[in-house]
Amino acid sequence: MSAQRTSTMTAVWLVLQRDLRLATRRPAQLIQPLAFFAVVTLLFPLGYTPELSKLRAVAPGVLWVGALLASMLALESLFREDAGDGTLEQFVVSGQPLVALMGAKTAAHWLLTGLPLTLMAPVLAIALGVSVAAMPGILLSLAIGTVSLSLLGAVGAGLTLGVRRGGVLLALLTLPLAVPVLIFGAKATELAIAGESLTGPLYLLGALAVLGVTLAPIAAAAAVRIGLE
Amino acid sequence: MNWAWFHRLGSPPHIYRIAGTLTPWFAWLAGLLIIVALYSGLVLAPPDYQQGDGFRILYVHAPSAWLAVMIYGVMASAAAIGLIWRMKIGHAVAASCAGVGAWFTVVSLVTGMLWGKPMWGTYWVWDPRLTAQLILLFLYLGYLGLRAGFDDLSRADRASAVLAIVGFINIPVIRYSVEWWNSIHQAPSVMKMARPSMPIDMLAPLLMMLLGFTLYFAAVLLVRLRAEILRRERTASWIREVLR
Repeated sequence: MSAQRTSTMTAVWLVLQRDLRLATRRPAQLIQPLAFFAVVTLLFPLGYTPELSKLRAVAPGVLWVGALLASMLALESLFREDAGDGTLEQFVVSGQPLVALMGAKTAAHWLLTGLPLTLMAPVLAIALGVSVAAMPGILLSLAIGTVSLSLLGAVGAGLTLGVRRGGVLLALLTLPLAVPVLIFGAKATELAIAGESLTGPLYLLGALAVLGVTLAPIAAAAAVRIGLE
Repeated sequence: MNWAWFHRLGSPPHIYRIAGTLTPWFAWLAGLLIIVALYSGLVLAPPDYQQGDGFRILYVHAPSAWLAVMIYGVMASAAAIGLIWRMKIGHAVAASCAGVGAWFTVVSLVTGMLWGKPMWGTYWVWDPRLTAQLILLFLYLGYLGLRAGFDDLSRADRASAVLAIVGFINIPVIRYSVEWWNSIHQAPSVMKMARPSMPIDMLAPLLMMLLGFTLYFAAVLLVRLRAEILRRERTASWIREVLR
C-alpha cells in the first residue's frame, strides 16, 4: 500500500482551483452579492438625502455595512452544496488536514466575494460623493477587512451546516463577531475620506486578519466535522 | 494521585446528588446576603454627593453586569471541558448557563438605561460599556439560537461549544474595539464624571451584593443543571430510583 500521497500544499491548491472553476461556471452566484451591495448602497441617497455633502459623512458606515451584509449573503453557498453532494465528507476522509482545506475554501470565498466587493466599493463611494483621493485607503481597508469577514463567516457557515434554514441564524451568529472589523474598517475609511493617515486602524484590521487566519480555520474545521455527522 | 473524584464529576447521578445537596446552601446564603446588602445599600449608605439617591441602582446594575460577563466565561469553560474531554456534564452546565446569562445581560442593560435617564438625560447613549453589553446579549442569543437549531442533542452540544469558545476569544477584542471606537468618535462627556474612590459604607453593600448575586447564580445554575440532567438522562434507570 504505497499509493502516491498528495502533499497538503497540492491539495490546498487543488481545492482552491476547484472552487474558483466552479464559480466561473455559475457566474450568477458571483454577481448577486455585488448587485446586492450596489442596491443597498444606492438605497441611501433615496431614503436619506441626495445631498452629496451629507452622504459623504455617512459613506464609511454605508459602505462597510453594505459590504458586511453582502459577504454574509454569499456565505450560504460556501459549504451547503459541498455538504449536500458529499464533497465535504470526502475532504474529511481524504487524510489531508481539514484545517488546511478549510483555509483553501475560505481563501476561494474571499477571492470570489471579498475581492470583488472591494473592487466595487470605489464606484459606490463616488456615488456617495467621496473624492477620488480617498480610493486607495478605501480599497486597502476593505481588502484587509473582508479577509476577516470571510474567515468569521466560514466558522458561522460551518456551525449552521446541520441547521435547517440556517440563513438568519448564520447572520445572527456572525454579525456580532464582526463588530471589531466593522469599527476599524469604517474608521479607516473615514480617515481616508478626511484625507488623514489611516495606518492606525489599518494595523488593527491587519491584526484581526492575522488572528482570524490563525484560529478561524481550526474552528471552521471543528464545526464542519460536527455538522457532517 | 487519586483521580476518582475527578472521574466521578462525569457521572450524572453523582452530580445530580451533589447539586441537590448544595442548592439550599447557596440559595439561603444568597438570600441572606442580598437582604443585608439591600438594607445597607438602600437605607444605611449615604446618598451620593452628585447623584443623590439615584446612584443606588448601582447595587443591582453592577452585580448583574458582572454576572453577565462571568456567566459567559463559565459557559465557555464548561463547553470547552465538554468538547475536549467529552464530558456530557460540561455540555449540560453550558446549556444551563446560557439562559441565566442572557437574562442578567438584559437586567444590566435595563437598569443601565433607567440609571442613564436621570444621570445623562437619556435612556441610551452609545457608551462603550453599554454597547459591549448589548453585543454580549447578541452573542448569548446566537448561542441559544444555534442550540435550538439542532434536533440532535449531541450535535447541538458540540456545535454550540465551538461557538461559545469562538465568542469567548472574541469578547475581549469586541470590548476593546468598542472602547476605542467611541473614544475616537466623540469626546467623552457624560461618562467622565469625576469618580471619587468609593467610601466604605457605599462599597461594602456593593461587595455583598456581588457575592450574593454570584451565589444566587450558583443556586439557579444547580437547579437548572438538575433539570437538564433529568431531561438528558430520562431513559436511564437511576432516574426511576431517584424520583420514586
